[in-house]
Amino acid sequence: MKRNGQVLLTVEHITKQFGGVVAVNDVSFDVNKGEILAVIGPNGAGKTTLFNIVTGILAPSSGTVRFNGTDITGKKPYQIAQLGMTRTFQNLEVFTNMSVIENVMTGAHRNMKTSFLQAGLRVPSVKKEEKAVEEKAMRCLEKVGIAHLAYERAETLPYGNQRLLEIARAIAAEPALILLDEPMAGLNDEESRWLVEVILQLRKEGLTFVFVEHDMETVMAISDHIVVLDNGVKIGEGTPEEIYRNKAVVAAYLGEEETVC
Amino acid sequence: MHERRLGTWLFALGILLFPLIVHSNYLLSILIMIGFYSLVCNGLTMLMGYAGQISLGHAAFYGIGAYTTAYLSATHGWSPWLSIIAGAVISAFIAFIVGIPTFKLKGHYLALATLGFGVIVYTCFKEFTSITGGMNGFFGIPSIKLFAWEFSNDARFYYLIWTVVLLSLLFSQNIIHSRVGRALRSIEGSEAASDAVGIDIMRYKLQVFVYSAICASIAGSLYAHYVTFINPQAFDAMLSIYFLIMVITGGASSIWGAVIGSSVFVLLSELLKEVVPLVFSNAGGEFEIVFFGVLLVVMLIYMPNGLTAAWKKITGKWRTSTTLSPAAKGGGGR
Amino acid sequence: MEVFSQFIQLFFSGLTIGSIYALIAIGFVVTYNVTGVLNFAQGEFAMLGALTAISLSGAGLPLWAAISLAIAIVVLIGALFEKTAIYPARHSSGATLIIITIGVSFVFRGLAIFIWGTQPKSLRPFTANDPITIFQAVLLPQNLWAIAISLVGVFSMGYFFNKTYIGKAVSACVVNKFAARLMGIHPEKMSLIAISISAGLGALAGIVIAPISGASYNMGMMLGMKAFVAAVIGGLTNAPAAVVGAFLLGILESFAEGFWSAGLKDAISFALLLMMLFVKPNGLFAKATGKRV
Repeated sequence: MKRNGQVLLTVEHITKQFGGVVAVNDVSFDVNKGEILAVIGPNGAGKTTLFNIVTGILAPSSGTVRFNGTDITGKKPYQIAQLGMTRTFQNLEVFTNMSVIENVMTGAHRNMKTSFLQAGLRVPSVKKEEKAVEEKAMRCLEKVGIAHLAYERAETLPYGNQRLLEIARAIAAEPALILLDEPMAGLNDEESRWLVEVILQLRKEGLTFVFVEHDMETVMAISDHIVVLDNGVKIGEGTPEEIYRNKAVVAAYLGEEETVC
Repeated sequence: MHERRLGTWLFALGILLFPLIVHSNYLLSILIMIGFYSLVCNGLTMLMGYAGQISLGHAAFYGIGAYTTAYLSATHGWSPWLSIIAGAVISAFIAFIVGIPTFKLKGHYLALATLGFGVIVYTCFKEFTSITGGMNGFFGIPSIKLFAWEFSNDARFYYLIWTVVLLSLLFSQNIIHSRVGRALRSIEGSEAASDAVGIDIMRYKLQVFVYSAICASIAGSLYAHYVTFINPQAFDAMLSIYFLIMVITGGASSIWGAVIGSSVFVLLSELLKEVVPLVFSNAGGEFEIVFFGVLLVVMLIYMPNGLTAAWKKITGKWRTSTTLSPAAKGGGGR
Repeated sequence: MEVFSQFIQLFFSGLTIGSIYALIAIGFVVTYNVTGVLNFAQGEFAMLGALTAISLSGAGLPLWAAISLAIAIVVLIGALFEKTAIYPARHSSGATLIIITIGVSFVFRGLAIFIWGTQPKSLRPFTANDPITIFQAVLLPQNLWAIAISLVGVFSMGYFFNKTYIGKAVSACVVNKFAARLMGIHPEKMSLIAISISAGLGALAGIVIAPISGASYNMGMMLGMKAFVAAVIGGLTNAPAAVVGAFLLGILESFAEGFWSAGLKDAISFALLLMMLFVKPNGLFAKATGKRV
């Protein structure tokens, strides 16, 4: 592989069967630190299954996932998140019962220490930690550009801002890697452009992104590396230019979903 | 932040002054009952309102607290303070053990399991007669003493129970506005997203379940020392459902929901006991459940977030419409 | 020989109580399948049926007429319940719906106190109730009535859901609400039918048990909860399995009572409920032990 850099996430020979159906078949790829990697493929290609395996929602039938040197195969989602991998959701999973900033503060959970008893007794360290996390949450909101909405109820936010809120929540965890599940879904052009800008800026600050996406324009514009799945099999990977030149990809993917491009 | 504390202090002041202004043992005894229930509902509101986990079995912990302290203090001569703590420890332990398999369940199954747990514990109160006295009840529970000061009359007990209630409300309020409280609320908001930010959902469900069990247990213990006589019927499945009614009536949008729900419940049942026999002369037994049933159905259909939320909605209508920024409105979306 | 006769005795009383649980449990399953509501008021239909039949019979109606009329009245109450409490809340969460049905069960119980008071009442047996002796075990004809009526109820329900048009329509709603709507079947109407039928089954159960153990305003809660246990043993969605669960539970309780302690039989039933929920939440007869999370 000619990409250079430090490997952050390794997907090794992942296979997932549901009954007799092979949803993901022997897929392997690496994600390097500081990279934006896209996983693309037609509907039913196995992207979501793969995504769910990496985040720990599903256990693979075989193969391993390594993150930051740790084998995370079969670990629970929250354990994987605690290791520094957070995600956003295609169908938005904002905590509607909280304010915007509380959502983001919740994102910082893994780096905080307050226990049940400490919280109840509100020992001095809790106050300090609360203050620090509120400031940090505010900075995260500033990064995605919705700091002015910090004290609104999260459910009152329009769709596009909820997506940004999810990203703010994900970065509040100070993760090494963020997985984005179809981040452009449901956004209008202006919102998409802003989101791309946010992602590129965050990458500059050292974050790594893996995303599953339908919107080819975005994929080609911002990805450093692309993995293409079809029918559960990896049929190609490379830079956007390489993907454009890859005949198998063009045949399988573009042939089937011509309207996308 | 400061507004939050101010409310608590004002409330504490009101509690402090009440017996000095109103001299009525009847009213005091009602307020004491409200105190017991507020303490239970405080924990239960954390469990149901904030973490979103239903329990139809909390009368069990109320009962375990009552019977443990009764048995240890009356039969074995322990100091009530110690026996109350022992009850809380036992309740916490049982909650922990029972919670592990129970909180793997959701929705209907969770409701059934907690209900079943409540019935089992109730049956134990009834059947383990050598400890509990069975249906004949448990007599002669000593009152609580602090040095030479005995909490034997209503005014004294009133201060004792409400001190405990206030402390527990403060504790809960601190929890809510912390890392732990956000973790709990996130479970109700979206378990998938809680997972995704590294929150160990099971751990927090168990913690809040144990906390709610301790609250219920201490309330039950204090109740036992207050009435000095208990029998199993005071801890049956109906009581668990009454707790549920209180929590739902009060709502979970603020910790005051626990106090408001308990007050509405106790005052309403006192009122009904006064008024209904005047209208229906043959009404007996627990006829007031009709009204609580209607209350429950109406609340859930029309005010599912409880009275405190309804109140907030009414008072907050203008505020939210003016503070919502133009950017938020014009953000697009679907 | 004495142990054997006791065995037979307990077995029959287990079958009797099991048949009552079965009728109520079918109501649960039908309601749950069609509406997704776990109806805690289901046991109250038994109470309403029993007490109404007692009143009608006391007013001079022949027994068969009192029973039929009582069932009809409870079916109407069931329909009213669906219209006023379930339908307006049909978009609420499962837990909310459960609590609503608890609220309704309170209303039923409280109304029963207003109408019938708190004293237990009893219904005369369906036929002359001279004991029959089989293997030295003494059986009452009413027990046989209970078992027979419940079996008839169970099988006619099976016929209804598998063979009649309305029954099939209700079943279709269980399988796929959307498809059912495409076929011109309104799930809302089916919810009304399902709950009314369940109410009728509950009423029948109450009427059958009334001559054996009497009837009072608070009989519904325990009956309902036991029927829950039966339904859970059967996996909540499978009516025949719930019936088997009901008989198993009835027999287990009967033996627990006979050989151990009457008071602890409730604890045993609910311990069984917890074990089922923890270990086999899909029911005793589920093919795959799929994890239900």
